[in-house]
Amino acid sequence: MKEIERAGIAVVHVCTITPISMTVGANRIVPAIAIPYPLGDPKKDAGAEVTLRREIMDKALSALATPVSEQTIFE
Amino acid sequence: MKLEVGYINITDIQFGNECKVAGGTLHVNQDCLKELILSDARIAEVSFDIARPGESVRITPVKDVIEPRTKVGTDEMGIFPGILNKVKTVGMGRTHVLKGAAVVTCGQIVGFQEGIIDMSGPGADYTPFSATNNLVVLFTPKADIQPHDYEQALRMAGLKVAAFLGDLGKEVTPDVVETYETLPILEQKAKYPDLPRIGYVQMLQTQGLLHDTYVYGVDMKESLTTMINPTEVMDGAIISGNCVSACDKNTTYHHQNNPVIADMFEENGKSLIFAGMIITNENVFLMDKERSSDWTAKLCKMMGFDGVVITQEGFGNPDTDLMMNCKKVEDVGVPTVIVTDEYAGRDGTSQSLADVDAAANAVVTGGNANEVITLPKMDKVIGTLQYVDVIAGGFENNTQPDGSIVVELQAIIGATNELGFNKMSAR
Amino acid sequence: MIKIVHYINQFYAGVGGEEKADIGPHMQEGAMGPGAALKAAFGGDAEITHTIYCGDSYYAENTEKASAEILEMIQKVKPDVFIAGPAFNAGRYGLACGSISKIVQEKLEIPVVTGMYQENPGAEMYKDSIYIIATKDSAAGMRDAAPKLAKLALKLAKGEKIGASIEEGYMPGKARVNFFEEKRGSRRAVEMLLAKISGKPFVTEFPMPDFDRVAPAAAIDVKTARFAIVTSGGIVPKGNPDRIESSSASKYGEYAYADVNADPSTVYETAHGGYDPVYANQNGYRVLPYDTLLNYEKEGKIGSIHGKYYTTVGNGTAVKDSAKFGQEIAEKLLADGVNAVILTST
Repeated sequence: MKEIERAGIAVVHVCTITPISMTVGANRIVPAIAIPYPLGDPKKDAGAEVTLRREIMDKALSALATPVSEQTIFE
Repeated sequence: MKLEVGYINITDIQFGNECKVAGGTLHVNQDCLKELILSDARIAEVSFDIARPGESVRITPVKDVIEPRTKVGTDEMGIFPGILNKVKTVGMGRTHVLKGAAVVTCGQIVGFQEGIIDMSGPGADYTPFSATNNLVVLFTPKADIQPHDYEQALRMAGLKVAAFLGDLGKEVTPDVVETYETLPILEQKAKYPDLPRIGYVQMLQTQGLLHDTYVYGVDMKESLTTMINPTEVMDGAIISGNCVSACDKNTTYHHQNNPVIADMFEENGKSLIFAGMIITNENVFLMDKERSSDWTAKLCKMMGFDGVVITQEGFGNPDTDLMMNCKKVEDVGVPTVIVTDEYAGRDGTSQSLADVDAAANAVVTGGNANEVITLPKMDKVIGTLQYVDVIAGGFENNTQPDGSIVVELQAIIGATNELGFNKMSAR
Repeated sequence: MIKIVHYINQFYAGVGGEEKADIGPHMQEGAMGPGAALKAAFGGDAEITHTIYCGDSYYAENTEKASAEILEMIQKVKPDVFIAGPAFNAGRYGLACGSISKIVQEKLEIPVVTGMYQENPGAEMYKDSIYIIATKDSAAGMRDAAPKLAKLALKLAKGEKIGASIEEGYMPGKARVNFFEEKRGSRRAVEMLLAKISGKPFVTEFPMPDFDRVAPAAAIDVKTARFAIVTSGGIVPKGNPDRIESSSASKYGEYAYADVNADPSTVYETAHGGYDPVYANQNGYRVLPYDTLLNYEKEGKIGSIHGKYYTTVGNGTAVKDSAKFGQEIAEKLLADGVNAVILTST
């Protein structure tokens, strides 16, 4: 992650345990659902799950489009 | 709460016609055990083997290790309450232990995280179960069984066998009897006014299939952080349903013989008061981690502990639970020591923990799980070597031409235990 | 016979004090000054064939030139081990010992060992890279230091396993190494806690590290950006063709996406051993959100998508290995003009 960012590519880290992401030094962080299913939820029906995934990904896109100067969690 | 534990020393296990304990030998009739296990329709076949200390034997893939214990002189209380026996508070009265014997469950792999026990050679130094006489139970599940079901069937079968064998010690006179007691809070201070009141926080792995722990039958991931009497743990109140990497999973045996509990009781009334025990979980949701660690800190404060030892189970995201517990407990003014292990890479030069916090200034480590070891060929394999490349800590083509296998310590049962069961450390 | 080259400064070479600190490097056959104590410690197992000495100021002010000259001297002799110092608490000498040792280790791939006092600035700067035996703060500590330096040097020369810092006497930092304590961990924890609450000294077995930081990349224009997905959740094509390990992954996978119309449970699975795999095996898009990203591309919400995804298992995988994977992946992404990455973790 850091190596990709070091190469000048914008990275958004989508992850459940945001404290680890903060500790290891991600700059753009989007919280996910749960460790076994960060971008989904098996309790939802298929359509609702796709919508949920899209909501998280929308946040990820806006995180990438937002200038940041320090580690930022996009809630 | 007061528990009397009678330890019956077992120096050998033998197959025979009878099931009994005599002269330090545990005699086992395989047919009795077979009947017990095959009553569960999910298990197609079962067989048994014995592995003794010093033998040229490798057991793999190992799921759980369980010590045979039984409650004595009571019809009410039973070992493994809420799971095998009815829910009834244990940790009181008398318990008999077949010390030196263990039930090892083994068989077709469920996930990635089963492990290896070597009874001799260099690998034996890293697992406590090279020193026990092991009755190995080898399972074959019914075809097309779901992993969750298979795991549950094996877990129950292992507990049944251990309880059955434990019962053989009911009438046997123990070699050693010890008494363990935790006094009510006010009496603690009255009895030992000058000693610090020390608590123990045990973190239990609760991350889903192959990563769960049960307390009185409750899946701990569904529970808030709570309190338990240390002697209840000795009676099997906490059991392992998990296979986090073999090296740092707490087997049921580890719970039954929790070394922090043992060492705190050892010091109780001398250098400290063992004032109480908190159990908490390691869940996959961030909100759960925040809530559970909030509760840990709150309970430490409510109990008025002067200090706590916090032990972890597993690694990776549970490092966050560990750091949250440590920081929040320190923040309410209770000093901590944490017990963890490390994943510092095969050469030891990488970051050891996934999460760190400056509050964790007193750390005990069970060592680097990534360190590589060569396990020489053994004369006999109980189970199968079929999975030694895919279990956690194994890797592709890790079997050498001479039959030895190369693994990370991660693959060895109990190698970097985070209850502090072993002497290994790292610097 | 194991051949050793020993590096010392002008003072220990007997050339002179501060007034001679600007002399350049010289090499001489045999042991000099503190080399005598090392020689005694080696018994007959190793020989200091040459000693190089250099002024501390010269080294500090002309590090590049001085180290190049010293490397050239060492190359001629081809020793089995290079020993520098010990520098005790002499600051510039410690920095020189650390610097030249690190350079010799990296450029010549010859094992190195040096020694100094723990508060020497060279210790903090180099203890993560090289073996530095912890010494007392003055030359009176040579009697203690020589056997440790010699023992470690011999082990390095013979390619033997190096024990933990606490066993060998080097400063912790270079690598975490397992060893067996006298007491079990739970007992150590109870004793450490009793020391901590009563204000007595105790030594943590694992000092908290600092993680390195990277400056945030500039924001991107999503509409024109080229996207890639990288995951540490271990999503691989069904069957795990490259057999990526369930834990402590030694490699990463680079794969084309499967057809989004296919049932995900038939085309993907997870190799990750650290979480309940049922949900990811049912539907890999819960970890690898390619379906969503593809819709974005069709809708014109994003520019384009790099044709492959990168996957590894972030379960007990060493940070250093992950960094290597990251560098390689970054090169591939840059080559294809990728400027935005969605990185998912489980």
